[in-house]
Amino acid sequence: MTIASSSPPSPLPSVGAAGIATTSRTDRPRADGSRGDGRLAAVFVAPALLGFVVFLLWPTLRGVYLSFTRFNLLTPAQWVGIDNYVRMVHDPIFWNSLRVTVEYVVINIGVQTVSALAIAVLLQRLTQSAVLRGIVLTPYLMSNVVAGIVWLWILDTQLGIGNEILVALGVGRVPFLADETWAIPTIALINVWRHVGYTALLLFAGLQAIPGDMYEAAKVDGASEWRMFWRITMPLLRPVLAVVLIMTVIGSFQVFDTVAVTTRGGPADATNVLQYYIYGAAFARFQFGYASAMSVALLVVLGAITFVQYRLTRADRTDLG
Amino acid sequence: MRMRAVTALTGALALSLVSGCAGGGAGSSARTVTYWLWDANQQPAYEACAEDFEKQNPGLKVKITQLGWDDYWTKLTASFIAGTEPDVFTDHIQKFGQFADLKVLEPLDDLGIDDADYQPGLGANWRGQDGRRYGAPKDWDTVALFYNRAMAREAGLTPDRLNDLSWNPEDGGTFEKAVAHLTVDSLGRRGDEPGFDKDHVAVYGLATNGGGDGDGQTQWSTFTASAGWTYTDRARWGTRYRYDSKTFQSVVEWYFGLAGKGYMVPFTDYNSQSNQANTQVAAGKAAASFDGAWMISSYDGFKGMDIGTAVTPAGPAGRRATMMNGLADSITRNARNKQGARKWVAYLASDECQRTVGGYGIVFPATPGGTEAAVAAYRKKGIDVGAFTEPVADKERFATFSYPITDYAADVYALMHPAMQDIFGNGKPVSGLDRTNSQINLILDQ
Repeated sequence: MTIASSSPPSPLPSVGAAGIATTSRTDRPRADGSRGDGRLAAVFVAPALLGFVVFLLWPTLRGVYLSFTRFNLLTPAQWVGIDNYVRMVHDPIFWNSLRVTVEYVVINIGVQTVSALAIAVLLQRLTQSAVLRGIVLTPYLMSNVVAGIVWLWILDTQLGIGNEILVALGVGRVPFLADETWAIPTIALINVWRHVGYTALLLFAGLQAIPGDMYEAAKVDGASEWRMFWRITMPLLRPVLAVVLIMTVIGSFQVFDTVAVTTRGGPADATNVLQYYIYGAAFARFQFGYASAMSVALLVVLGAITFVQYRLTRADRTDLG
Repeated sequence: MRMRAVTALTGALALSLVSGCAGGGAGSSARTVTYWLWDANQQPAYEACAEDFEKQNPGLKVKITQLGWDDYWTKLTASFIAGTEPDVFTDHIQKFGQFADLKVLEPLDDLGIDDADYQPGLGANWRGQDGRRYGAPKDWDTVALFYNRAMAREAGLTPDRLNDLSWNPEDGGTFEKAVAHLTVDSLGRRGDEPGFDKDHVAVYGLATNGGGDGDGQTQWSTFTASAGWTYTDRARWGTRYRYDSKTFQSVVEWYFGLAGKGYMVPFTDYNSQSNQANTQVAAGKAAASFDGAWMISSYDGFKGMDIGTAVTPAGPAGRRATMMNGLADSITRNARNKQGARKWVAYLASDECQRTVGGYGIVFPATPGGTEAAVAAYRKKGIDVGAFTEPVADKERFATFSYPITDYAADVYALMHPAMQDIFGNGKPVSGLDRTNSQINLILDQ
């Protein structure tokens, strides 16, 4: 994320959706730039463009095509029109998966964003310690799979140390990952634990871009920390927060690895999130056409959510300066 | 740099990426046969076979790769797609139908494999719907009751009594009585004693391996089979499943009901990754468990714990029942060294190799000679495996049955896995299986 100040007189350039600083109208290169510059630009763009076409555009287009076929990977795909989509609409497990995924996203994003914001503000207002920032980021250094396995053991109903502590506290055992009520919130919180530090540091970077003299002026006027948070921090952090939210929501919808190592979709489909269901249809049941159709549906859902989020949060505009 | 040079470089990079992905063949060559298996415990036995094989076939080498169960199937699937599949791999009956359907297996009819050379039933299971053989019998396993000898002794249950249990879906018979008596609550009261607190159990009589999906191999299959139920309308390649049978549903209701009574570890305590039946017994949380012969060494290795084994209880149909499953070796259709692969599979299926494998006391090889060698090897280690071998030898008292062999096994699993968890874990009525069964049969009708 680039939030560097580079173009006076504005203290900050506006921050675009991808976190890239954009330039003002007057900074644009002139239209009569030499042909040499254009070639040089093409040279720099070519590797990225090649990667984009090979690893993103082509697989996406191929996936959309496959969603209209019956395909088991080992024999040629057969065109079946919209059959896969009709099946999807009538598939109760697909709808259950979508519901479960949304439940996961809401808990994960809700808890993660509030916690990350709190951590970021505390880091900014209370300490300058780089060690503390490092500690906050520690869980993020672990892979999702390792984090999932570690928490699986900690939370095991009979053998986990987490449950032993609960028993010692007189709470009793809680089947965190084996009960349909607890399973999704538990998986969401495991992922919050792992990602919250990273999200907090992204927000912290955004907070660093807010000029300190604003807080000083507010303090002179007698504003409390609480008031400064709502009147200065939140409005000026909004574009960064919006981008972080868009990124985390997209990432959350694609939850897979934690489910794969903890519950494997169980108990009784309670954690059969969309990505896991898609994976099962493709790699266990060889229904790549149907799995592609569900992937396209997920793409559409994510596209719509991102667009709405982008518009609602005015992610491309800043309240600063 | 000129544009043309950049284009050429980019093209070369792309080509090298593409060519890097293709080929490979997992180390195959005209002189090497690649072989995959998933059980690390069996690897030394097959390495010994490979050594003998290489001596008999100068110039041929066997390259063995071992992968854990989950990675094994994922990687095998990916290898079929990428064209990097092994020449030979250990096949499972649950996966066989799908592979046969995808036409990735090489027929083995002319390898000279005779069903009569192997334990009954093992050879015939590996014939596809087209009547051709796709697997050479390798080994077999049955299910028995593992129990903590000290706990059984304290409960006054002798090995003879545990070997003579019977059950019925009404009151559970002597089996349920034994399991109840092995159960102890936090105040030391046994499951069949007055005041027993089923919500605060210290030691469960029976461990659990979860809902059992569509086969219930180490869960309910012993009971459903000894009640006379069969998975499908035919022994192999059935066209209708029978999960809507009242017999099946009443047995499952009784079996999962053991958890409701506090005698069996509840579903919430089970986890396929961290807390399976053997872990529950090892942790002292359960006194007994149904488990397969492939777990004999694991149970035997529990430190400070003496584990005994008993045959499965007799059911309402009179006989005792256990699933008898067998693995096989299959050759991939696109094997790079097909000739070498055929020689290797023929050797793996021979009595000579199977006796070698049996000598390691890890698994029961498919030939009677190999089985004898295994029994002797187990005996040498001080392990009595009678509870596993008796059902195969004594057809009067025991019935053995196979995994259901049908098309769309992965779809059946996908539907039955959550359905059985819903009954066991969420207490949903067994009658819900009527709908699941209809969905399964609809898929089979495709």
